[in-house]
Amino acid sequence: MVEARAPTYLDRQRLRTAWLFLAPALLLLLAVAAWPLARTIWFGFTDAFLGDLSAAAFIGLENYLVRYDERWYGLLADPQWWRAVRNTLLFTVVSVTLETVLGVTIALVLNAEFPGRAWVRAAVLVPWAIPTIVSAKMWSWMLNDQFGIVNHALISIGALSQPLAWTAEPGLAMASVILVDVWKTTPFVTLLALAALQLVPKSCYEAAKLDGAGPVRTFFSITLPIVRPALMVAVVFRALDALRVFDVIYVLTSNSVDTMSMSIFARQQLVDFQDMGYGSAAATLLFFIVALAVSVLLTAGRVRLADRGVLR
Amino acid sequence: MQRTGFWLLVTAILLFALFPFYYAIVTSLRPASRLFDPAWLPDAITLANYASVFSEQPFGRNILNSIAVAATVVALALLAGVTAAYALARVQFRGRGLLLAAVLAVSMFPQVAILSGMFELIRALGLYNNLAGLAFSYMVFTLPFTVWILTAFLRELPQDLEEAALIDGANAWQTLTHVFLPLLAPAMVTTGLLAFIAAWNEFLFALTFTLTNDQRTVPVAIALMSGASQYELPWGNIMAASVIVTVPLIALVLAFQRRIVAGLTAGAVKG
Repeated sequence: MVEARAPTYLDRQRLRTAWLFLAPALLLLLAVAAWPLARTIWFGFTDAFLGDLSAAAFIGLENYLVRYDERWYGLLADPQWWRAVRNTLLFTVVSVTLETVLGVTIALVLNAEFPGRAWVRAAVLVPWAIPTIVSAKMWSWMLNDQFGIVNHALISIGALSQPLAWTAEPGLAMASVILVDVWKTTPFVTLLALAALQLVPKSCYEAAKLDGAGPVRTFFSITLPIVRPALMVAVVFRALDALRVFDVIYVLTSNSVDTMSMSIFARQQLVDFQDMGYGSAAATLLFFIVALAVSVLLTAGRVRLADRGVLR
Repeated sequence: MQRTGFWLLVTAILLFALFPFYYAIVTSLRPASRLFDPAWLPDAITLANYASVFSEQPFGRNILNSIAVAATVVALALLAGVTAAYALARVQFRGRGLLLAAVLAVSMFPQVAILSGMFELIRALGLYNNLAGLAFSYMVFTLPFTVWILTAFLRELPQDLEEAALIDGANAWQTLTHVFLPLLAPAMVTTGLLAFIAAWNEFLFALTFTLTNDQRTVPVAIALMSGASQYELPWGNIMAASVIVTVPLIALVLAFQRRIVAGLTAGAVKG
């Protein structure tokens, strides 16, 4: 073992400076992240009412699960909460899968050499640049049951005989929400996939061609393994975003139970019903579900954050 | 044959990506009375919707609010972010890895998870229905990636830079501002832009922490635009407002394409 040299005056000074430089960011993060999270978790154990937070009293686990008169109450016994959990998971799995497949496909197209490629690449970015609220509004206008261009087009080519209520009909509402999310966020996956594709050496493709591998074989044996780590990171980021989805659903289908996500559920309890305790309990559960999903995704996807970039 | 298929694919991608915004523009230019008859092209062009967006609600004020909040968020996040990143990237100390992991963890926070705690804090600080409260709360999703991306960029710079500055007698602040900041300018532009876009688009906090129309930011104003009844949304106005707030954003993103991609890949592919 090598004896560590005693810290010099300069080392100590450097260390002091480092902490001084870190202080503003750390204090801000404590104030806007750690503290509010701790308070939310605390509120989950109280009967807090939004109108008067000072009257909040500790009620233990009653927001989560409690038995009264032979019946279970609380979040864990609330069918609407479980509905929201199922909706969120369905939304996450379907939209992230579609975004990944579409994103990689578009990236492969954009990675080919063709005239006007720079323009197409710029155009593909447009949905990503549009605020979520605006994209949800644009689509809810296009999907409008009476005056929407989508119904109009489908009827005029004979695919539909009568207009559909895309955002109101139970079976269609979730599909519409997913469509809008896929439209808006596929460019993110495309961008990351494209950046990764450009790392694949041309010689690999030439070698594959010489060996007589077709395009499909080349994709699965060469391209995908090289692109996979970057793609997994994109998938993790997208899944995280999807699990906490709020904006697009709020605008497109409001508080409808058919599409209600965990975030929508928690905010409705908190703000609309003023039930801060129950809403905070739901928010706390959402936090731990997301934390669990992150660790599962990072482990299963073998994404080693520590290997790449700054977390060394 | 293969060529034709390829171009069909490109056309389909372009249509899918661009049509919704094109259609928003078409709608915003048509007179309100014609909107109930869908059309692929603007048949009668008018700017009436653009005028009524500003006359029927304080939309000009909403735009200024959004600009003020986003600009404050960018300034605060860059200032706190670059100093923290300097310490994290250039100084060896115990607990550094842990700090970086903690910063990354915060960037994964669902906003709803801190909604009630933040609501209480903002009310206690007297910042409810106040733009300062919004700018403050937006630190939770802008500061982590600012620190993260700037740390990644600062790491790449050579070690001799600091040694030379140290020999010249510069202190840490001078080293950061005179040696690193000029080199960091592209990264600052990238992170600043990403923070600006994130703040400009934010909806949940803005919806929950503001109450009156004149304190609202653009996304909330657009989401809550209503007509005489729930079933009579003023689609012409909504589309005009959408076009107004989106055009500058698209211009920014297209102008800084390369930088934004570099930022996203530093934050995501590397992270």
